[in-house]
Amino acid sequence: MGEQILNQVVWPVVYILCIAVPLILAVAMFVYWERKVIGWMHVRMGPNKIGPLGLLQAFADVVKLLIKEVILPTNANRFLYYLAPLLALVPAFAAWSVIPFGERMVLANVNAGLLYLLAMTSMGVYGIILAGWASNSRYALLGAMRSAAQVISYELAMGLCLVCVLVLAGSLNLTDIVHAQAGGKGLLDWFWLPLLPVFVIYFVSGVAETNRAPFDVAEGESEIVAGFHVEYSGSAFAIFFLAEYANMILVSFLASVLFLGGWLSPFPPSWGWIGQGSFAWLFVKAFVFAFLFLWFRASFPRYRYDQIMRLGWKVFIPISIVWVLVAGCMKYFGWVVTGA
Amino acid sequence: MIDPNLFQLVCFYAFAAVTVAAALAVITLKNSVHAVLALVLTFFSAACVWLLAEAEFLAIALIVVYVGAVMVLFLFVVMMLDINQEQVREGFIRFLPVGIVVALVMLAEMLALIGVRAMRAVSMGPNPAEAAGLSNTAWLGRALYTDYLLPFEVAALILTVGVVAAVALTLRKRRGVRHQDAGEQVRVDPRSRIRIVKMDAVRAQAPAPKEPQA
Amino acid sequence: MLAEYWPILLFIGVAGGLGVVLLAIGLLAGPRRPESEKLSPYECGFEAFEDARMRFDVRYYLLAILFIIFDLEIAFLFPWAVVFKQIGIVALIEMALFLLLLVVGFAYVWKKGALEWE
Repeated sequence: MGEQILNQVVWPVVYILCIAVPLILAVAMFVYWERKVIGWMHVRMGPNKIGPLGLLQAFADVVKLLIKEVILPTNANRFLYYLAPLLALVPAFAAWSVIPFGERMVLANVNAGLLYLLAMTSMGVYGIILAGWASNSRYALLGAMRSAAQVISYELAMGLCLVCVLVLAGSLNLTDIVHAQAGGKGLLDWFWLPLLPVFVIYFVSGVAETNRAPFDVAEGESEIVAGFHVEYSGSAFAIFFLAEYANMILVSFLASVLFLGGWLSPFPPSWGWIGQGSFAWLFVKAFVFAFLFLWFRASFPRYRYDQIMRLGWKVFIPISIVWVLVAGCMKYFGWVVTGA
Repeated sequence: MIDPNLFQLVCFYAFAAVTVAAALAVITLKNSVHAVLALVLTFFSAACVWLLAEAEFLAIALIVVYVGAVMVLFLFVVMMLDINQEQVREGFIRFLPVGIVVALVMLAEMLALIGVRAMRAVSMGPNPAEAAGLSNTAWLGRALYTDYLLPFEVAALILTVGVVAAVALTLRKRRGVRHQDAGEQVRVDPRSRIRIVKMDAVRAQAPAPKEPQA
Repeated sequence: MLAEYWPILLFIGVAGGLGVVLLAIGLLAGPRRPESEKLSPYECGFEAFEDARMRFDVRYYLLAILFIIFDLEIAFLFPWAVVFKQIGIVALIEMALFLLLLVVGFAYVWKKGALEWE
């Protein structure tokens, strides 16, 4: 009895904390890194006062946010107002349970992993809509509607990209998808090469799904101040912030797992130790994607809303529909060899 | 030791209870946005029940399609309509007898159907997907794309009709709005926008005023 | 199979617990000094409207309906993608037909201008 509880409850919770706690720390460091990088790109210093090189800045911000007042606006719906940040946070964290960090380093090795991820990303939209509606503010509502429409539009393109990966891998399980990218040629075996347009579409859709620049019309601080979370303050705001950054890191990891071979080494396995897979490779790949998020933010002006919708519906969806069939032909006629 | 089957049974009853309670909340809650959220919870716990029945693909597809898409539309509609709460409550009492009659007839029909089925149905056999050594999704795909090919294509046709109907019902053209046509912008020919005219240099008529001497 | 989903359920619980704890810390540790100006919805300095909830362009509803339909089609694509290699050329052709029907609907939407935003 006691042993069973240990195996069924205690160890899984320990594993979960092994994902969740580093994730929270990663979010903190990512926020710091974002401010630092954008500072450098603007020829500024970025945060440098708190701790060595300003490293403790993010933690100071967390403490500040937690001890600030949580304002409940008049006429707001109290229950939904407090529920919305939770609905944003839970899918952003729960999606991590199927990410394979390495060989057999996965919390829940479910058969339908990719489908589960699609389900979790599609649930993130509730937090946004409810936050906008519950705070009973014009700006919040406008931001929520914009954001919801944008997220669901790009989710279609994203779903079609996932289908392309699936056609080549032949399995919904993320570990199997990584195995399908193994081979003798290192990075030339990964799916980014046969699925190059889809790879680009996937990452750009990921940027749009997380409402990041240049697709951040939902926040659009120059037009509608802060969008759906304009009325949120203190720890309620911190939860939205945490969910947004956890989603960004999730998209970075997913792009690495689906298109860049997950934990596999970019070098052929015949090259000795450098050709061996390790979770360090996955982290390096994900870091590159996470850095791209910041680079985009510092480099591109914000898209106009009609341009965002045009890009999603009229460019991304047609290309990815065509590529589903192209990938089908590739697989059927054996132009792409998957799995070692 | 906890028996895994017993645990599964407990889980089933827990999820089923949540499903029923949430479904009751959908029709009794006053705030219509709360009601929609209760419906989301209903779908979510129904998906959990399906998962317990080892219908992996259908369970997650239920979340993707219903929770992720259909309920978002419901939420859009419910949030933006100004439904007068008082009127709705009034109707609740007035239509209650009719509602109860309809519910009773449906219940009787369902019980009859289940009863007829139960008489000749065999108990659920072993999981065919497991027997074939496939994942649930792969087994479903194999059945859908070989045995049920025609219904599948008919489903595609129905969905296309749905697209056409949605556009025909809701699309309203607004006058006087300007669109950006990216194709036209790309296709633009510099020669049609600007004409470079070659002409000889012409001396100005009036002589320029003389520079004041420094 | 079910055993694999148990940690997911636990993770959902842990994530929800984390959210509740953060919210509770904020509500307990933060000050609480309500004031009518502070609590009024943000309106860039204007007097706030009584009720911000308003009607939206029907375009949003159309978009949501289109999303449902295309989402369903993607749900159909998932099992196909897993098994089509075993079924072979028949699966490829039937999915080409399916996608053709989808594209016809999509072309209709495009032609009607339902994808134009202003």
